[in-house]
Parts: sequence; structure tokens; C-alpha cells
Amino acid sequence: MKEKNIRRRLIKDRLFLILIGVLSLTALIPLIFILGYIFRNGIRVINWDFLTQLPQPVGEETAGGIVHALVGTIIIIGLSFFLAVPFGIGTGVYLSENRNTRFSVIVRLCVDLLMGVPSIVVGIIAYAWIVRFQGFSALAGSIALSILMIPMVVRGTEETLNLIPPSYKEASLALGVPYYRTMLKVIIPSGFGGITTGVLLALARIAGETAPLLFTALGSNFLNVNIFKPMHTLPLLIYDYATSPYKEWHHIAWGASFVLVIFVLVLNIISRLVIKKWKIQF
Amino acid sequence: MENSILTIKNLDAYFGKTQVLKNINLSFPYKKVTAIMGPSGCGKTTLIRCLNRMHELTADADYGGSIFLGDVNIFEKNPITLRRHIGMVFQRPNPFPNMSIYENVLAGYTLNGIRLTRLERDSIVQDALQKAALWEEVKNHLNKKGTFLSGGQQQRLCIARALAVKPDIILFDEPTSALDPRATTHIEELIEELKKTVTIVMVTHNIAQAARVSDYTAFLYMGELVEYNSSERIFTVPKDKRTEEYLTGKFG
Ligand SMILES: Nc1ncnc2c1ncn2[C@@H]1O[C@H](COP(=O)(O)OP(=O)(O)OP(=O)(O)O)[C@@H](O)[C@H]1O
Ligand SMILES: [Mg+2]
Repeated sequence: MKEKNIRRRLIKDRLFLILIGVLSLTALIPLIFILGYIFRNGIRVINWDFLTQLPQPVGEETAGGIVHALVGTIIIIGLSFFLAVPFGIGTGVYLSENRNTRFSVIVRLCVDLLMGVPSIVVGIIAYAWIVRFQGFSALAGSIALSILMIPMVVRGTEETLNLIPPSYKEASLALGVPYYRTMLKVIIPSGFGGITTGVLLALARIAGETAPLLFTALGSNFLNVNIFKPMHTLPLLIYDYATSPYKEWHHIAWGASFVLVIFVLVLNIISRLVIKKWKIQF
Repeated sequence: MENSILTIKNLDAYFGKTQVLKNINLSFPYKKVTAIMGPSGCGKTTLIRCLNRMHELTADADYGGSIFLGDVNIFEKNPITLRRHIGMVFQRPNPFPNMSIYENVLAGYTLNGIRLTRLERDSIVQDALQKAALWEEVKNHLNKKGTFLSGGQQQRLCIARALAVKPDIILFDEPTSALDPRATTHIEELIEELKKTVTIVMVTHNIAQAARVSDYTAFLYMGELVEYNSSERIFTVPKDKRTEEYLTGKFG
């Protein structure tokens, strides 16, 4: 009787394992198909010219490249990084240091709300507040993207710092170290891995944003490095070319998609490495 | 009493509305070891945390009364300079997780932005680790993270960190509760040695240890100072019944 019971349980265990295995595989299938499709369509247009040339008019022998969008993406994402990181980390540190004051409760609520604002709305806001006065520019795009990025960085920072035991802060203060140095030299470095991971994942998230850039960075067919002028990015280029009627441009859109996916993948891999390298054992 | 370096006058301490120290009056003699004893939860940690103004860092903590270092009230001093003179070893070891063993020992200098030559650093590290009885165990991997050490080794690392900055007073909160008998003996010897130059306040649960190393003993009970006298007298002829009961193991 007892023997049989245990057998039954073991069988149930086995069935359960198979079930969750099948379910997770099912979740993976669309992902694999999407990645496979992008890979198959994208890889054949990728070559050195594709990454270093400007696009050619339709009908030319070579289709040209996407260098302007590649450079634009790097500039706009980089700029968003510098705009979002100080505010994001600063706010995150503040929230974890002052957990229950009225101000921090309000700030936390705002951050959560901001996290839920659709990116296109942020784009319209940036349009209304910046573009209408200053014209379309890469900077306006970066500002829009950094607004999307800030809440993610805040939350990543706050959650990381909340996990650091208060005894390290005490140890530092007991050595006569002023509060600001304690934060800068002990607490933030202890959370460096987690904070960096949050920032990198936020970058990966905004790298593919299109909607807010339509109203701000606009796009450009030239290689432009002036952040006060319109600039192209990979998602914008994909949007343009994929909706065009030309077959060659569709190929370019696939190629650009492929590059964008690789870009995001690289950011994810780097954040994995950072987690591993700076993993701090408490 | 002989010349004292630190004098507590009418000290009260609170966490929110709970009063955990009640009108404490006590003075710590210069270059002597004073033990603070008492049952768990009676306020020993709170008392020594008042001495370097760590108590006020707890969110809703409050205090009343004064503590004189020489003839200045520490509550009127800058806590940062105060803490550089009064070192502390916490009840639970807390080496910095982002620093190696070597960097942990030097933390009191580096975190305060004090520059040292390579030679000075090496000698401070070796000296502090030797005093804390940790040198032999770690001398070959000073660059490992401090948090990889065992609990007892971490505690000795924290002792080394406190010693490295050469404070005038050191507060030990049960420094040997996580140590084996050999390391304990070593730390007790260290305390004997240290008191030639430093004033020591030590919380301990170990009666034999207090009898061995302390010159004076204060007995706290439920936030009150019950008895304070030379260790010799406390351990041979305690005046208060509660002290006697504690020493004979009736409670605590
Ligand atoms: N952060 C805190 N917030 C509220 N109450 C606290 C806090 N820390 C300690 N207490 C309370 O203050 C009293 C004294 O605590 P304290 O840590 O000083 O005791 P202790 O004598 O060091 O005990 P032990 O021997 O167990 O270390 C206890 O009743 C405890 O519950
Ligand atoms: Mg205690």
C-alpha cells in the first residue's frame, strides 16, 4: 500500500516536470521563429558596405548601407544614457535611503506611473515641449528616450541598494567616514553590479523604441553627427523602409532589424557578464 | 575614581517611545578595560552605540543627557571627528563586501581620503592583522574579498580595521562571541596589550572573560545601571542582589 503510494507520487512528479517542460518550450517556439526569420532574412544583406555606406537611390546597382542609422542609434542611445543615468541613480539612491518619508512615497508613485506611460505619449510630450520650439533634433529624441529610461534605472538602483545590509553603512560611519563618502565609496560600489545591470537592460529596452523618435529625431537620409539636427536610427529606418513599396528597401529593413537584434543581444550578454564579474557576496 | 576619559551623565536612550536606557551615570577610566555585562536585551549595545553617536543613526532613536570626552560634551561635537577617535567593533562582523582583506584593513584611511605610501600601507596592514591574530591565516591571500573569510575570521578582520586607524578609545561589542578558544585567548591578550595605549569598553556575555581582562565592570539590567565597580569587587562581593544572581547563573 505504502509502496504504491510512493510510486503514484513519483509518477505525478514526473508528469508535472514534463508539463512545465512542454509549456516553457511552447513559450520559446515563437521566439525561436522570430529570431530565425530575422536571421534568415537579415544575414544575406549584411556585409561591410551595408555597415559603412549610405543608402543608394532605388534602382542603383548596390543597395547601399545603413551607416547613418547605425551612428545615429549609437549617438542617441549614448546621449540618453548620459541624461538618464545621473537622475535615475540619484533618485534610486534617494528612495532607498529615505524609504518612508512622504516625499519619497510620492516620488516612488510618480516613478511607477512614468514606467506605465506609453512611449508614444512621451514622444508627443517631447514634441510639444521641445520640437515645437527648437525643431526636430537628435537631442529631443534622446530626451524622450531618457524619460522612458529613468524609471527603469530608478527601480533597478533602488531594489539593488535595498538588498545591501545596513551594517556596511554603519561600519563605514563608525570609521568617521562622512555620509556622502560612505554612499559613494561603500554603498554604491557594493551595488555596482545590480545598478549597471539595470542601466544596461534599460538601454536594451529603449534601443528599439520607434514611436517617440518619430516626433523628435525624425530621421534623416544623411550621415549626421550634430545632435541639434534630425538624425536617423535603426528603428526609424526599419519603419521607413519596411513600409516602402520597394523590394530592395525591404531587404535593407531586414538587415537593419538583424543589426538591432544583435545590438540588444550584446547589451544583454554584457549585463550577464557584469552580474557575474561584480557579483558581491554579503 | 581615577582619571576618566569618558563620563556619562544622566543618559537616557529611546527607540521611538520605548526607553531602553534609564538615567545612566558612568565614567570610563583612562587606559583601562571596562566590561559591560547584563542579560540579553538589557541595552548594552545601545549604551556603547551612544558613546560614538551611532545610536542616533537609527531612524526613530532619541537620547537625553550628556557624555563628556575630556571636558567636551560629545553631543555638541561633530560626530565624524568623534568617530575617528572612538573605534568600534560590532556584534556581527561586517567587513566591506566590495573590498579585499587588505583594503578592508585600510578602509579607515582610504574612505576618508587619506593618502599613504605603499610602505606605510603594507606596514599598517601587517601590524593591524598581527594584532588581531589574523595575519598568519590571511597573509598569502590579502587580495581576496573580506567576505570570503569565516565568521570568526571576519570578526578579527573588523578588529584589525578598527585598530588600523589607531583610535584613543575602542568599543568592542562581544568581540569574541564568534571565535574559537584559541582566537579568543589571542584577542584577550590583544586587549591586555592595547590598554597600555588605548581605553577599552567591552560588552561581553562571558563572565570568566570579564573577570580575566577587565579592570572595571558595569552591570546593566533592563536599561538601568545596577552596579559599577572594579571587576575584582563585582566578581567577589557584588552589592546588588541582581548582580549576584546574574553572576551565579540564576538568570540571563
Ligand atoms: N533598532 C531598534 N529599534 C527598536 N528597538 C530596538 C532596536 N535595537 C534594539 N532595540 C531594543 O532595545 C533594547 C536593548 O537592545 P540592545 O541591542 O542594546 O541589547 P543588548 O544588551 O545589546 O542585547 P544582546 O546581549 O542580546 O546583544 C532591546 O529590548 C531591543 O529590543
Ligand atoms: Mg548587543
